Amino acid sequence: MNVRGVTKRFGDRVALRDVSFEAADGELVAVIGPNGAGKTTLLSIVGGLLKADAGDVSRTPREVGWVPQQAAVYSKLSVAENLRLFARLEKVADPEAAVDRMLEQTGLRDRARDELGKLSGGNRQRVNIAIGLLADPPVLLLDEPSSALDPRQRERLWEFILGLAHGGTTVVFSTHDVGEAERHADRVLVLADGELLFAGTPDELAAEVGPDVRDFETAFVRFLHARGH
Amino acid sequence: MRWLLLKDLQILRRSPLLVALLLAYGGLVGALLGFAVQRDDTKPKVAFLNEVPAGAVGIQVGTETIDASKYANQLFESVDPIRVKTRAQAIDVVRRGDAIAALIIPRDLTRRLQSLVNLAGTGAPPTVEVLFNEENPLKTQAVESRIKARLADANTALSQKLTEVAAGYLGILLHGGSFSLLGQRFEVLGLQRTRDVLQQTLRRLPRAAPQRADLARVSNFAQLAIANLDLSKPVLASIGEPLHVKRTVVTGKHVSANAFYIALAAAVTLMIIGLFLGGGMLALEREENAFGRLVRGPVTRWELLGEKVMLAAIAALLATVVELVVISFFDDLRWSRVAGWVLALLVGGLAFGAVGTAFGALTRDVRATTLLAILVALPFAFLALIPSGIVAAWVYDVVRIASAVFPFKPALEAVNAGLNDADPGLAGPLAHLAALAAAYTALARIGLRRFG
Repeated sequence: MNVRGVTKRFGDRVALRDVSFEAADGELVAVIGPNGAGKTTLLSIVGGLLKADAGDVSRTPREVGWVPQQAAVYSKLSVAENLRLFARLEKVADPEAAVDRMLEQTGLRDRARDELGKLSGGNRQRVNIAIGLLADPPVLLLDEPSSALDPRQRERLWEFILGLAHGGTTVVFSTHDVGEAERHADRVLVLADGELLFAGTPDELAAEVGPDVRDFETAFVRFLHARGH
Repeated sequence: MRWLLLKDLQILRRSPLLVALLLAYGGLVGALLGFAVQRDDTKPKVAFLNEVPAGAVGIQVGTETIDASKYANQLFESVDPIRVKTRAQAIDVVRRGDAIAALIIPRDLTRRLQSLVNLAGTGAPPTVEVLFNEENPLKTQAVESRIKARLADANTALSQKLTEVAAGYLGILLHGGSFSLLGQRFEVLGLQRTRDVLQQTLRRLPRAAPQRADLARVSNFAQLAIANLDLSKPVLASIGEPLHVKRTVVTGKHVSANAFYIALAAAVTLMIIGLFLGGGMLALEREENAFGRLVRGPVTRWELLGEKVMLAAIAALLATVVELVVISFFDDLRWSRVAGWVLALLVGGLAFGAVGTAFGALTRDVRATTLLAILVALPFAFLALIPSGIVAAWVYDVVRIASAVFPFKPALEAVNAGLNDADPGLAGPLAHLAALAAAYTALARIGLRRFG
């Protein structure tokens, strides 16, 4: 997936300024940055929710699975009903087969008839991601996928996401948890005030700020500080 | 769109309490509205045309003249009269809605009253005419009841006066006494004293006197007259209703108040369910965070709005049909007109659903949408029930504008026409509702720009 020169303004405020990056098949890319950096705006443009004022994205919205930060599911419907509804809306060729596949992949087959409102946050998030994967997209966008989960649920979720990437799905996710980005991402994109400040591996980012940093989080903070943020 | 519709129906099925509350609320508000519009103590404007010539307002009872206009004025105690000069002006004022009715005192009223007082027994009874505008059956009923009540008061006062005057003369005829005529004072012997004088004269006459037979006949007449005049007072008192009312409808078809209440309750239910479901289900898409996921590909914003409007219309239609079926067990429902009223309910439901989606798009969460729907809908519904002629002209102009931009009045007119064949018929209100449905859907679409 190629993103080239994306710019977005909200009135006078520039939310994104000429952002470009690439992501290979099966690659895990983390978008990190302080609050208001433009992470969600970038993912929204790549996912087709927002239109960019300038620039382009090589993938159409239909080729990109979108997983919002808060679970976009109907709490009064069951797991299977949610999956079936979105499979039909996405015009998946065989909705029942897609539902079956997702129930298997998420490990929620035994909870298929349970209402979403009665599931744990982790399981709701799995269904949320599963809906993004129903059309079998080559690219999956995740907006802070683990922010509301406890450590155990978080670990299980990352197992699931890593499994997708190993299967060849390109995964781009935003996160506030810099450690999570370091652990799971192949590459990180650092955004601040709408500008892409860095694109590379976590080790390359740490190397940018010098050898005396204790951990990746410290390296990230120093990097931002050095760039005036 | 059908999958979204199916999903919303599934969600509703799992919220039976909400659905029950919506239905109960609609019925409750309908009943309250119906009750409220019956309690109206303000003075309505009534056009008044007095065709009786200025010099001919008196009724002659014996030597006394009674001013009939004094009693006609009682008709205005509970109305605000607008004086007009011709019948055409009276009709025009009612038709325009400046007055809710017109009262016409015909030229021959005093002549007919005089004929009644003279016990002539010929011709039609004295009748005043009331012109109605049947645009609103509640208004017609209110005016009729007020005029009937005042007419009863006028009749009572007039008949009391007539009885009092006539009884005075009867007393003089029976017992004798004095009265004035043209400045002269006359002494009347009276029937009782006449009989006594005759009987004394008869006793003094010789048995063979030729005048005796004639005097005996006069004495018998006096006795008969005394006996029958004693019965005359209750006969006079029985003339309790000298004035009659002729009812003339200027515009509109007559619809009974009950039939109108049924249409009103149906329109309120349609409004409540249409607004709440249209707005609530759209706002729910945002509360569930599903809006962005839906509109980024699977459905367009127009499709989403169309589905919500349709859902609201179908649900409102079904709930109102159930309500009408229940009502039909207690009151007459014109099943022969089912196509008309179902069409009215469907188009009305679409309009209310569209308004609901506009509320949902503007407020963006279910609670705020519901609150906005209540805050906006109820005042508009009350405004739509204000009849012409009962408030100042400029206030009624504001009411007219408010009623034109919100679907309650056209929905009520359409449902009333569908159920009761009432004026202004179905076509106009249906077109009005369709236009409002389109306008509010467009407004909702604009509101969705800041929805995601």
